[in-house]
Amino acid sequence: MADVSHVSRGPLEGLIVCPVCDATYQLQRPKNGERAVCGRCHKVLIAPRRKAGVQIIAVAVAVVVLIIAASVFPFLSISAAGRSNAVSILDAALTFTEGPMLVLALLTAGFIIFVPLLRMLLTMYVLIPVVLDRPPARHAIRAFRLSEAMRPWSMAEIFALGCAVALVKVADLATVSFGPAFWMFGVLVVLVIVQDGFLCKWSVWNSLEHPKRQ
Amino acid sequence: MELSGTSEKTVTARAAGLVACTRCTRAWPIETQVCGRCGAKLVSRDENSLQRVWALWIVGLMCYVPANVYPMLRTQQLFQVDESTIIGGAVDLAHYGAFGIATIILVASVVIPLGKFWAIAFLAVSVRSGRGFASHHRLLMYEVVEYIGRWSMIDIFVVAILSALVQLQGLASITPGPAAFFFALSVIFTMLSAQAFDPRMIWDAQADDDEAL
Ligand SMILES: [Zn+2]
Ligand SMILES: [Zn+2]
Repeated sequence: MADVSHVSRGPLEGLIVCPVCDATYQLQRPKNGERAVCGRCHKVLIAPRRKAGVQIIAVAVAVVVLIIAASVFPFLSISAAGRSNAVSILDAALTFTEGPMLVLALLTAGFIIFVPLLRMLLTMYVLIPVVLDRPPARHAIRAFRLSEAMRPWSMAEIFALGCAVALVKVADLATVSFGPAFWMFGVLVVLVIVQDGFLCKWSVWNSLEHPKRQ
Repeated sequence: MELSGTSEKTVTARAAGLVACTRCTRAWPIETQVCGRCGAKLVSRDENSLQRVWALWIVGLMCYVPANVYPMLRTQQLFQVDESTIIGGAVDLAHYGAFGIATIILVASVVIPLGKFWAIAFLAVSVRSGRGFASHHRLLMYEVVEYIGRWSMIDIFVVAILSALVQLQGLASITPGPAAFFFALSVIFTMLSAQAFDPRMIWDAQADDDEAL
């Protein structure tokens, strides 16, 4: 049996447990820009950054605007022998419309538009009071929980690679041109990935638990 | 920086009489039911998780079969109608010389899903029997399953884009086939299956291995 005395001493608040491997550590907050990594399974446990809150909010605002714009404006258009067709991302998502395909349409629209959008809105809702040193918003904990649960279902970046594949598939059938939404969506994917790197979950939970000490 | 003193043997929360919140990493006394910080349900080891893993795994596999049998795309060009399955579509692409794209489709639609079924089954069996690979291999597999599995969805998005875009009246049109529906369900259920898995059991199995040595 391992010696646990160095762990069980002191208040539980001073501990951090790795969610992947259950290893327990005395909490040592890393400096901004540094990372606390689980020594057993190498999961990143804490990764605070300076001004991360403000940056995340700024990116979230940009992403919300881009998602709305990219869903409405034409995204790709093709033409062949005088006939042409332009579609928006919303059109692409809602293409499955018959019978069980409708379920698929709703799922696709959810994965590429609504889940990313909702995640950004929830992130702003949770982080804006934290950044302003205000007490947490009502239900902020539930909001952040929902946002984290939706993380794997936010698939904008996968959709972007899907576009590339689709383009090659139609290339010999017709001429394809990019609409404004295509470029917006490209920027959006980069922003979503960048933002994921900024967000330190532990810091958010900690500031929701101790709003004043932040 | 690492949190641990590496010379010290790691202590699990369970061994210290604690239960960890896997959502927010807070520690609580072992009898605590709900995390006081984030409200998550606390379970030291989710013993029932394997049942959920297997149930979702089976549904995912059952959806994967029709996903490969039925056509994924129905292409209509003038008077000619082509139906292609997932693998058939990739083979066609390779015929046109688009090897890169054919590879992406094959990897996302065949290699990743099958690898994922195998990896989840392997993990679920190996934490029970406590034998198998060293746990860093198991962990690597767990991470692959967690982060790569969602990329299988790419084929569904390709079908969605193509069907919306290629609607040139009388000239060419593409419509989705029933396989798209089953394939999407298969990806969703395997993602849920992987999420149901409690990775802490991998490390318990490893700790048992170490003690047996
Ligand atoms: Zn760990
Ligand atoms: Zn918690």
